[in-house]
Amino acid sequence: MQITSPEFKANSRAALADAQLQKALVNVRTGFIEKRQKAVDALPEFDRLRDSARDIKNHVLENLDLYLEAYEKKVVQSGGHVHWAQTAEDARGAILDICRKANARVVTKGKSMITEEIALNDFLESHGITPVETDLGEYIIQLRGEHPSHIIAPAVHLNKEQVEEDFRRVHDHLAPGRDLSEPEALLGEARRVLRSRYFEADVGITGANFLVAETGTSIIVTNEGNGDLTQILPRVHIVVASIEKIVPTLEDASQVLRVLARSATGQDMSVYTTLSTGPRRATDVDGPDEYHVILLDNGRSAMLGTEFQDMLRCIRCGACMNHCPVYHAVGGHAYGWVYPGPMGAVLTPSLIGVAKGGHLPNASTFCGRCESVCPMKIPLPRMMRHWREREFERGLNPGVARYGLSFWAFFARRPKLYRLASAIGIPLLSFATFGRKRLAWLPFAGGWTKFRDLPMPESRTFMQQFRDRDATTKQAAR
Amino acid sequence: MSGREAILAKVRASLKAQPEDGPRLAAVERRMAKPPRGVIPARGQLSPEGRVELFASLAEKFATTVARVRDPADVPEAVAAYLRSRNLPSAIRLGADKRLAGMPWQGQRAMEVRTGPSDGNDEAGVSHAFAAVAETGTLVLVSGRDNPSTVNFLPEHHIVVLNAGDVDGDLETALAKVRKSFGRGKMPRTVNLITGPSRSGDIEQKIILGAHGPRALHVILVGA
Ligand code: SF4
Repeated sequence: MQITSPEFKANSRAALADAQLQKALVNVRTGFIEKRQKAVDALPEFDRLRDSARDIKNHVLENLDLYLEAYEKKVVQSGGHVHWAQTAEDARGAILDICRKANARVVTKGKSMITEEIALNDFLESHGITPVETDLGEYIIQLRGEHPSHIIAPAVHLNKEQVEEDFRRVHDHLAPGRDLSEPEALLGEARRVLRSRYFEADVGITGANFLVAETGTSIIVTNEGNGDLTQILPRVHIVVASIEKIVPTLEDASQVLRVLARSATGQDMSVYTTLSTGPRRATDVDGPDEYHVILLDNGRSAMLGTEFQDMLRCIRCGACMNHCPVYHAVGGHAYGWVYPGPMGAVLTPSLIGVAKGGHLPNASTFCGRCESVCPMKIPLPRMMRHWREREFERGLNPGVARYGLSFWAFFARRPKLYRLASAIGIPLLSFATFGRKRLAWLPFAGGWTKFRDLPMPESRTFMQQFRDRDATTKQAAR
Repeated sequence: MSGREAILAKVRASLKAQPEDGPRLAAVERRMAKPPRGVIPARGQLSPEGRVELFASLAEKFATTVARVRDPADVPEAVAAYLRSRNLPSAIRLGADKRLAGMPWQGQRAMEVRTGPSDGNDEAGVSHAFAAVAETGTLVLVSGRDNPSTVNFLPEHHIVVLNAGDVDGDLETALAKVRKSFGRGKMPRTVNLITGPSRSGDIEQKIILGAHGPRALHVILVGA
């Protein structure tokens, strides 16, 4: 996947001008937020569960080496194989090896952000293996040659008419006159087309929401059932998971599961939570003959022990982007890589480097909604600030921002001068609005005012008002 | 250095941890052997009857249909009634579960009972649940010859027989039962926690039932 994160600004501009996208994004603003709120309100213990989930993950991260070893031991005991991959390239190589040994020509895939991160589909195709995405959203975007724009709703940027067009183009063996006007018909068609693919596949690849150290179990959480057909029908099941997915026990998984679905889709539980351990047993009559786990690091071990360690608690629920005004405005593709929204803004620079991903932490209004809904209580805004500081220190941000900030800093360090300047500047701005409530254009800040208005400033400075308030309160107290 | 050694070394370097750290290892082992009791929602902590009622009402809320019978011997008739009500052919697929095998299927003359894993050509599959979770209306099924996983996913209609006495209050209790039945640190190949029929919201966030798994999920509660 081509990384366009450095072009976040240009991407955003295009996104704002894209009428189809803007129409589709309304679904994020309305649906997700309401559903989550309802589910949270119905569970009085929700906030205590967030603390519990956070503490579990913190404990795991502090002892990650030991839990990884314990987990591996259990996978092997149950007849599975663990492949350790330091980089995306290592992971792709290990997967290709397994596919080749299985003589695989068709590989079905459950929804997995990690396989997006390692750009697996293009790689498999270039080696003559056909990857088939089976999650409806992933299937749609695969047909379009796109990438997910949301970590749990990959096709949220599309409208049903666009999906209909793609199905007519790709499923050209079906009657051209068929009715595909409603989502029901589209889903029905995808179900029929994909059914035969599950049986054709030699290898099934899924991600993992959790890896349980106590039992060597991988857990996936889905609604469609595609992840299950992907792992029980082919001869070989490959799980691709990053190292921070570990939880100690089944009880710990239960704790985190309670906050996962509620935060993601507002469900008490997703339809299918599936615990998979090893290959089929001697007495089993279905299930895969082989079970492999690819354990991917890809930069995560370097986040441990730093101010970004907390990010490794993320369970990929998507709540932070569902509640993010920046995501609402520009959608997921503008972020230019796999992970969008606030979690992407923090994670992307860690995984692909600050030079490429360093722009993203600027895509924030610091409104704090992401942190307030994050089930794992990850301090996302604070970490975005850390990145901004690092970016500034490295001199990576654009000249205007640096110049503007130094200009501001000059005054900020000289309080008297600052007060004087704002006392002059504010009435001036106030005058510029000609009595209106908002400023639609500001000299030297056209980029900022192009898509939003600057609220009309108070006609007096904060310090002036503060002094007055202070005086009034004192008077009232007398 | 292998990938394994390299990753573990990097993790340890970042954590400033030592590989053979006895006390840390002991703490981790203890934590796995005896996990702390987490936060258990009060909503499922009810009497056995209360748990069954909560399970049934939540299952229905998530689009599962629920029928109740007094005795296991009544199950075949309940299955036949369900198939008739949905205009389905009188044929089912089921595994080797002794509890199911012991039911009087021969009383349903017209019914074709196919056994073994599903090959994708079954309209209806019948499974026996291992347990259920009241707090979320969730069924717990374990794989094996008795109840093959394919029966849970390939048929259009999935019918699950559940003993009222097997409904637990919370997920932790149900999973602890799996652990007890299979042995500590051991698991069946697959444990399916199922909450309603399959669905997708991927097109314009509109929820539609019947994605890749069953379009309908029907529970027959025995002894409730
Ligand atoms: S950062 Fe928090 S809210 Fe965002 S996806 Fe991760 S866990 Fe969910």
